[in-house]
Amino acid sequence: MPDLLLELFSEEIPARMQDRASADLKRLVTQGLVDAGITYEAAAAFATPRRLALSVTGLLAASPALREERKGPRVDAPEQALAGFLRATGLAREQLEIRDDKKGQTYFAVIEKPGRAAGEVAAEVIEATIRNFPWPKSMRWGAGSLRWVRPLHSILCILSDAAGVENVALEVDGIKAGDTTEGHRFMGGGRFAVTSFDDYAARLKRNHVILDAEDRAAMIEADARNLAFAQGMDLVEDAGLLAEVAGLVEWPVVLMGDIAPDFFGLPAKVLQTSMKAHQKFFSVRNPKTGGIEKFITVANRETADHGATILAGNRKVLFARLSDARFFWENDLRTVRAVGLEGMGQGLADVTFHNKLGSQADRVKRIEALAREIAPLVGAAPDLAAEAARIAKADLQSEMVAEFPELQGLMGMYYAREAYHNDGVPEACAEHYAPLGPNDNVPSAPVSVAVALADKIDTLTGFWAIDEKPTGSKDPFALRRAALGVIRLVLANQVRAGLVHTIAEARNNCDANDLLAFLHDRLKVHLKDQGIRHDVIDACLAMPGNDDLTLLVNRATALAAFLKTDDGENLLQGYKRANNILAQAEARDGVSYEGAPEVRFAEDATETALFGALDAAEPAIAAYLEAEDFAAAMAAMAALRAPIDAFFEAVQINADNQIVRRNRLCLLNRIREVMGQAAQFSAIEG
Amino acid sequence: MQPATRPTCFQEVILRLQAYWAGKGCAILQPYDMEVGAGTFHPATTLRSLGVRPWAAAYVQPSRRPSDGRYGENPNRLQHYYQYQVLIKPSPPDLQALYLGSLEAIGIDMSLHDIRFVEDDWESPTLGAWGLGWEVWCDGMEVSQFTYFQQVGGHDCAPVSGELTYGLERLAMYVLGVDHVMDMPFNAPDAPIPLTYGDVFRQAEQEYSRFNFDIADTGKLLGHFEDAEAECQAILSSPVDDPKTGKRIVMAQPAYDQCIKASHLFNLLDARGVISVTERQAYIGRVRALAKLCADAYVATSDGGAGAA
Repeated sequence: MPDLLLELFSEEIPARMQDRASADLKRLVTQGLVDAGITYEAAAAFATPRRLALSVTGLLAASPALREERKGPRVDAPEQALAGFLRATGLAREQLEIRDDKKGQTYFAVIEKPGRAAGEVAAEVIEATIRNFPWPKSMRWGAGSLRWVRPLHSILCILSDAAGVENVALEVDGIKAGDTTEGHRFMGGGRFAVTSFDDYAARLKRNHVILDAEDRAAMIEADARNLAFAQGMDLVEDAGLLAEVAGLVEWPVVLMGDIAPDFFGLPAKVLQTSMKAHQKFFSVRNPKTGGIEKFITVANRETADHGATILAGNRKVLFARLSDARFFWENDLRTVRAVGLEGMGQGLADVTFHNKLGSQADRVKRIEALAREIAPLVGAAPDLAAEAARIAKADLQSEMVAEFPELQGLMGMYYAREAYHNDGVPEACAEHYAPLGPNDNVPSAPVSVAVALADKIDTLTGFWAIDEKPTGSKDPFALRRAALGVIRLVLANQVRAGLVHTIAEARNNCDANDLLAFLHDRLKVHLKDQGIRHDVIDACLAMPGNDDLTLLVNRATALAAFLKTDDGENLLQGYKRANNILAQAEARDGVSYEGAPEVRFAEDATETALFGALDAAEPAIAAYLEAEDFAAAMAAMAALRAPIDAFFEAVQINADNQIVRRNRLCLLNRIREVMGQAAQFSAIEG
Repeated sequence: MQPATRPTCFQEVILRLQAYWAGKGCAILQPYDMEVGAGTFHPATTLRSLGVRPWAAAYVQPSRRPSDGRYGENPNRLQHYYQYQVLIKPSPPDLQALYLGSLEAIGIDMSLHDIRFVEDDWESPTLGAWGLGWEVWCDGMEVSQFTYFQQVGGHDCAPVSGELTYGLERLAMYVLGVDHVMDMPFNAPDAPIPLTYGDVFRQAEQEYSRFNFDIADTGKLLGHFEDAEAECQAILSSPVDDPKTGKRIVMAQPAYDQCIKASHLFNLLDARGVISVTERQAYIGRVRALAKLCADAYVATSDGGAGAA
């Protein structure tokens, strides 16, 4: 049972690609081995900035030999039949056996596939894996034609077992696999040979390489926390940054430095963003002041001066970067103080939003009008909503946002405060882009909600009007995200209005029904994630007022809960039975049974009881629906379950007496109508 | 490796790089005599990275980025600065080691500093060019761009060139331990007339910052842009057979000069803030179209590898 060790040693692999690459390496190589008959016990893959490594243990030493028998044509069959069989099997006539078969003498081919040694299979599989590796971006180098993420320098590939170590005979574009590799670029001690995975990992460590990214991340996190803690500070956690930094170093050395007090006046988020974006620094917060006062950087080596030079260099770079940030911040503040945010945003008139939808300034005007219109529906003062909408995009013209686009909105909030906006207007600047994703927080402050809705509804109706809808996987204007944003804003804030449809109708060329259908589709996806089935939603979509998403979802939630109860499930079956019988009868008789059933034709006690139950339930359900108390309406409907079950149990609908039959069919129709007040049950599956 | 003694001034950093790369076999060229945004625009990089002929060159290129002007006040932002550029085709297998050697040559002690290769794919939409590589960090500071060219002017690079670009001011400030670019010694501090970077460039930075941001006549710039574009196209549509010499002369490089001009004029217009987002794409597309025409023409020349095996 040999073990396979593979290392692909290259120039620096981008940090963001390492995780995926090691997983792909493992998947492709092990799949290839198994497909060729070499099974294994366990596999693990690793990545550092300069290497992908794979350890596969407990391989079959060789793939099992295969013996396959194929029956061919009869001996007296036409020549072409035999020729075809020889082609198919790759054998010559004299290699075939002739056996007696039921139908006479027949050719048989016996194909023996000998087992292949693990090393031979591994070489083939690995070469194919290297040549077809799914890098997000790959390149050529020098005069060669091989593609890899960066130049590939060496391949280590060995099979080892109790008997010893064997180099796998593998060569890819002139790179011959061997049993050696090298350690850290600066701290390693030259090439070395390895004999097994354990030996490899241990020697790498001696040569200052920590193979496992999780180990590196854990080291960085622990050291960073300890350094901050020792000074009474808190590390600002950032999992994404941690993973990235772990992919930039083979030998992490965590260093903490001071931020010059000159920059304490910058907003914390600006400090954090600048340090992270440009230098991949962690932020360290002083719990007493709440400000970011120190940074943590992760070097890739130890030095004789314990990182003093490295830290000094990093501090200097930070100083320059933050000088820039402060330069932008101060310029922006100066602008805002002089001309306000509206002045800052003047340039939006020169920025095209979309060539068919005008400039950003045109868009701001539309959003302002919409925000004013939406404001009363969400409990915001129309003037405040309009004010916020007017300035919410102004920071796109600020120097800070030009440098750090991810600070859009947030800078608007700071600048709005500076320009003496208040009453929720600054916060609306920050929040009006939200929610950005399915997990992003949904604003709840009324002014923010008004502007956030106006922003997204303008986008949706605008792109619908110029027929730029998402198709398949293409959604260049992020309209699905905008639709989900509208849905989450409406639902989280229980907004009650047929917003989108009304607004879309008021807009030229915008197909309001089509847009509403798109919104309904996104709603289905959203509710599915929350455990409400699409058919339950369909049953509610068929009801009036379906452009009021809050109402729609309240109804769907109550219906979904009802269907989970015993009563609900059985009532649905009763409904379906009634519906099926009616559909058959209507199809056969060519008439519809929509007349009012009459209790005087009732023959069975259960039939009379059902009349009574329907008479009682109908006004009750209607009243609850009127009050939009869907749960109570469903509960009232539950009272129908027993009478309906009893009715079907005791009574044959298709009675010989045509008057009785007709009356019963009309009674079934009445069940359909009474239940149909609450939802279209025929849409529900199961 | 030579001992990592520290240079004393800006020009010594340049001289050491020149000596180092000369020692590694590069032809030491001079700057191109036109306004460019980066050393890559020098024909010794853009055009020479095309075709199959081997190439190895290094040079200083004065570069202009109008929108980076800070009136000479920012410690390290300049609208005019120097890049050091190395281009070797095909890229040698030990290019990373050669590069690290150049850092040692200018006095960076590898045992004290943290050198990192951080993903940074290079793309020049105006040149229709892209490559993969890194920005090289020294103690968190970007000191170079390191790129393996994959495509230039829309043509696949085969063989692939390795390109190194050093931002000379920033690198030198770091090596010399200077905090503000204007304070950096330009020549030796003990020279009879010691000059700082500020002595040489401060006033020019001020003048150009004002000019670039507020004065440059955008109408004229736009006119120049269109002239350069038309000239480039006209040069390349001239018949390749020269009646005077009777030779076949494709004028790739004169045409490329006009492409460089158009590119710089676009940068000036951009710095003036008169180009909107959608227009921006259109302008970039126009410059790229010129770059592509020039590349097409160049690969049809002898230097561009036409007729080579």
